[in-house]
Amino acid sequence: MPSENTPSPAGTPAESTETRAAGAELIRFERVSKRFGDNVVLDNLEFSVDAGKHVTLIGPSGSGKTTILRLLMTLLKPDEGEIVVDGDHLFHERRGDKLVPAGERHVREVRKKIGMVFQQFNLFPNMRVLRNITEAPVHVLGMPKDEAEQRARELLDLVGLTEHMDKYPVQLSGGQQQRVAIARALAMRPQVLLLDEVTSALDPELVAGVLDVLRDIAHTTDITMLCVTHEMGFARDISDTVLMFNEGRVIESGSPEKMFNDPDNERTREFLSAVL
Amino acid sequence: MNWDWSVVEDFMPSFWDGVLVTLQALALGSLIAFALGLVWAMAQRSHRKWISWPVTAVTEFIRNTPLLVQLFFLFYVVPTFGPSMSPLVTGVIGLGLHYSTYTAEVYRAGIDGVPVGQWEAATALSLPRRRTWTSVILPQAIRRVIPALGNYVVAMLKDSPMIAVIGAFEMLGEARAFSNLTFTFEAYTVVGIAFILIAYPASLLLRALERRLAQ
Repeated sequence: MPSENTPSPAGTPAESTETRAAGAELIRFERVSKRFGDNVVLDNLEFSVDAGKHVTLIGPSGSGKTTILRLLMTLLKPDEGEIVVDGDHLFHERRGDKLVPAGERHVREVRKKIGMVFQQFNLFPNMRVLRNITEAPVHVLGMPKDEAEQRARELLDLVGLTEHMDKYPVQLSGGQQQRVAIARALAMRPQVLLLDEVTSALDPELVAGVLDVLRDIAHTTDITMLCVTHEMGFARDISDTVLMFNEGRVIESGSPEKMFNDPDNERTREFLSAVL
Repeated sequence: MNWDWSVVEDFMPSFWDGVLVTLQALALGSLIAFALGLVWAMAQRSHRKWISWPVTAVTEFIRNTPLLVQLFFLFYVVPTFGPSMSPLVTGVIGLGLHYSTYTAEVYRAGIDGVPVGQWEAATALSLPRRRTWTSVILPQAIRRVIPALGNYVVAMLKDSPMIAVIGAFEMLGEARAFSNLTFTFEAYTVVGIAFILIAYPASLLLRALERRLAQ
């Protein structure tokens, strides 16, 4: 268990990103099931992701890929099973020697290690770009405002939007908004970045700019990425592992070379020949 | 019917007294209605049943009983066990309380209208609940309901003569007292015009505001 090397004194959760040994298991799904009514979206799902790895989830729509990200972000609760993040249960906490349903505070602590970028950006329209990025570092991590703004500027520089920091989201293009959303997620220094079809809502000519930023992040940081995408070229570029989903289960996984060139599973082959 | 300008002139001092009371009742009543309505709206969304249920019951009760009855209750019944208040203070509280149950519905619609993605983004950033409300949800919700809130200010203006029944002499109350004393009718006309002069520009202003916020 990696839990013993993650002391998290209040106020310094950001530090653990750097100290985490690459290669150790960071996320584990333990027999996770999720149903919406009669519709079984995830069925006893088991898989794990090692720290620093980039994992892409592919598969037909409705196969449960987005549900996985939403469970990890605690936007949904599993019906059965548990998710372990960096050695901590996400939906339960230890009280004495018993595991009880996690309280708000526990969930918050574990969740701080995870950041998410949404299909619809979900920037806060009532805040300027800079404050979109500084809001959480200041009010969640307790970072001084100056420091948070300094860091926000660096991140805006990374995503190429420094000159737009005083604008409101509505004044930006979709691609620019999504790059702000990426900066906003990174400002929390998460260990894991969840990317939920981040280019699906964009006009085609804006997709490349967003993917370039993500490629850059994937290649220059040691952040762990979990990515649901229909951009197979991008998946091939950044992924260490590709997981093929069908009907709530992983039916095949492997390196992008293997998965895109010579998949074993018939269903994978069918899916890829339809989207490539 | 003869229109006598000298009667209008005689009425003016008490008319201005009435205008002052009307505007005070309207301004303070609106403040109470806006603030209390928000409290109701948020309490009704609480997951704690012991908060949401009583608040729902009380607001339904107030909304479904006449303002006039509430004013009498506040002025004649409440002092038998609680504080006794001046007619104007009672009127302000009555108007504010009554209209707060309407503004609560307006706020509720505004809060429901904030896209679920905003809540999700706040969760993804681990923003504390209070912070999510104050910096993400309410600024967006309130912005979109400002015109609807304004409509209730105009409605409250038109209900304000009711507070005369408990002795808070606003415009119409003053007109009635003056007319009964002098056996004239001009004062009523003056007050009617005064209501239009306040309410119509206010409506126009609201419509302009609505157009601006819709952009």
